[in-house]
Amino acid sequence: MPAPQCASCRKARAALRRPRSGQALCGTCFCAAFEAEVLHTVVAGRLLPPGAVVAVGASGGKDSTVLAHVLRELAPRLAISLHLVAVDEGIGGYRDAALAAVRRQAARWELPLTVVAYAELFGGWTMDAVARSTAGSGRSRSCCTFCGVLRRRALEEGARRVGATHVVTGHNADDMAETVLMNFLRGDAGRLARGGGLGSPGEGGALPRCRPLQLASQKEVVLYAHFRRLDYFSEECVYAPEAFRGHARELLKLLEAARPSAVLDLVHSAERLALAPAARPPPPGACSRCGALASRALCQACALLDGLNRGRPRLAIGKGRGGLDEEGPPGRRGSQPSGPPASEPIPGF
Amino acid sequence: MLWQVLEGLSRDSAKRLRFVPGVVYADEGAACGQSPEDRAKTVAEAKLVLQSVGFPWHIVALEEVFSLPPSVLRCSAREPVGTEGAYKAAVDSFLQQQHALGEEQQSLPCPPRPPIRAGPPTAGQTEALSTLFSSVETLTAKEELLRTLRTHLILHVARTHGYSKVMMGDSCTRLAIKLMTSLALGRGAFLAWDTGFSDERHGDVVVVRPMREHTLKEVAFYNRLFAVPSVFTPAVDTKAPEKASIHRLMEAFILRLQAQFPSTVSTVYRTSEKLVKAPRDGCAAGTPGPRCLLCMCVLDVDTADSATAFGAQTSSQLPQTQPPVAQAEAPTVSCCCTGMGGARHCCRTEEDPRARVIEQLCYGCRVNMKDLPSLDPLPPYILAEAQLRSQRAEAEQIQEYLLEDREDEDARPGES
Repeated sequence: MPAPQCASCRKARAALRRPRSGQALCGTCFCAAFEAEVLHTVVAGRLLPPGAVVAVGASGGKDSTVLAHVLRELAPRLAISLHLVAVDEGIGGYRDAALAAVRRQAARWELPLTVVAYAELFGGWTMDAVARSTAGSGRSRSCCTFCGVLRRRALEEGARRVGATHVVTGHNADDMAETVLMNFLRGDAGRLARGGGLGSPGEGGALPRCRPLQLASQKEVVLYAHFRRLDYFSEECVYAPEAFRGHARELLKLLEAARPSAVLDLVHSAERLALAPAARPPPPGACSRCGALASRALCQACALLDGLNRGRPRLAIGKGRGGLDEEGPPGRRGSQPSGPPASEPIPGF
Repeated sequence: MLWQVLEGLSRDSAKRLRFVPGVVYADEGAACGQSPEDRAKTVAEAKLVLQSVGFPWHIVALEEVFSLPPSVLRCSAREPVGTEGAYKAAVDSFLQQQHALGEEQQSLPCPPRPPIRAGPPTAGQTEALSTLFSSVETLTAKEELLRTLRTHLILHVARTHGYSKVMMGDSCTRLAIKLMTSLALGRGAFLAWDTGFSDERHGDVVVVRPMREHTLKEVAFYNRLFAVPSVFTPAVDTKAPEKASIHRLMEAFILRLQAQFPSTVSTVYRTSEKLVKAPRDGCAAGTPGPRCLLCMCVLDVDTADSATAFGAQTSSQLPQTQPPVAQAEAPTVSCCCTGMGGARHCCRTEEDPRARVIEQLCYGCRVNMKDLPSLDPLPPYILAEAQLRSQRAEAEQIQEYLLEDREDEDARPGES
């Protein structure tokens, strides 16, 4: 049966159906629609004002590749300039290949690229070392928690080095939905209260962050990458199977099969959660050690590193465990939800 | 729960409950496709159990939704406390039985005494009900519709018999599942009402959930130890495959996760305790907005700059290269979302009756309605109330343009 006509230009044959609405579109029209939607997200939310220097968190994976490509297309219209910032977590056999992909992209698109490495920023700790250190502590390694927090710090540091005014990451709608599910399942009221918006305005010296692809479903991101023939790195991080997010992801896949609009519904719910004031995180101050944004005396990154350096890696994870000298029961405050290295490496938020 | 109430009211208990309960059992056999003989058998079994408890009981069949008045959907003011001092409660825990996982049994509500409405429901009503349920395309929407109709029915029974509170037997496990399901259905704004201890959105009748701290396992043990009789009936989703509906999926998922992380259910429950019944940013400083037609929560469909308003719009509209082709079920949502807040006018011009109902629903109910190709099989009280509300809204809109004939003031025409 021949493919139907494209519903938009009515000239070419349709090459795909959009996952959410089932419309048949040809490749060009789909890409145009995708870009238009991202543009709308950015403009309507006033996420990237003209003249902004934007640091794009690039990991070589599909989301950040698509993000960089779309922003590059839209850059003249938005009057922004782009820099790619890649983070090297020191995961052997995985990150090197991803970084190679980023380097190729930077060369092809002629965008300046900066690479920041954990080993350099965090006193020699690479993710492999962290994983070894947390390995013996029980049923799960929770190294993804470390990676997410530290990556965000590294991204911020990289952005500062290039003189950026905004940070963007490639989180898509599926990521947001998974985050909500995950936070509920783990009872993380603090993160629930904070999440659900279109990004953070950047208080207390942190750069404003946003997620222009937030309303695009993962399938559409993949389709876009396919039609634009983008070169990206698509393997899963070696530590990903141990992440809790895997459960949330599996649930989301099932929900989407039962009801295609599930992702959108979850994002809608997340936006409207009303949590009690007592459950909300305290207003952020500054970390006593590094000066970054923190809800407690020490920011999460410093707290985690502290734990690692003392040989007690679980010090800053979970509630009420251990005791950091400077503060009360540690919680996951002072940083955004840890985005785990999942099927594609997405910079954590 | 019924047994607990019984114990609480007995003379021996240390802290005696002070209310006069009645019990309601809703017979949903028609929605589940049971044959009349099976239904009669189940009802008889239920009667036996309920009679032994000794409270006044009422059996209502789901078909009676077709004879409900539209006032069910209105939120009435709370009645002032009467001179009796004691409040009455209607008990309904049999409904949880419908979702029994096989091995556990739950206590039933009392068997009904001769109901005020005599006789079983008419064949016409039964058929109308099965038409309604078979016209729904997905199991998820079916379950949601069933839940809504059941709530309205129980509400109506409570109101006619003068009960001010309805006690539901939701356990901790069920509520955790319900919370996650509501989240996935887009009802994040109303979680506090759907799963909290008390739910006062209906105004004069308050729904309470006293069993919310007990897990299903505890309930099962209790029933077994104290030999609480129970009756099993198939539900809408009995024998459905696991992936058939969001409710089933979530139930299976949570129970599986619970096996691996034993604190899952209690964690979700604790999180639900932290939810408050307020809009997210505390922006409801003024009067609360209009309420959803079906679930009676304040509408959560925002103005166009919310993320999902945009998302819903783009998923149903074409890119702007060509004039959009109207799609059957979606134009109302896209219409309401484009343009500034008061975009109701544009909906009037297309697909009037359906659009009229849809725009009075909250986000979650709208998504459900998408699975209902036609609104005609819905019980008349829903359609009548929708009609009334839209007429009232129209009247309000033209109010400012009407010139009033005021005799006690200077002759001054109204504003235009």
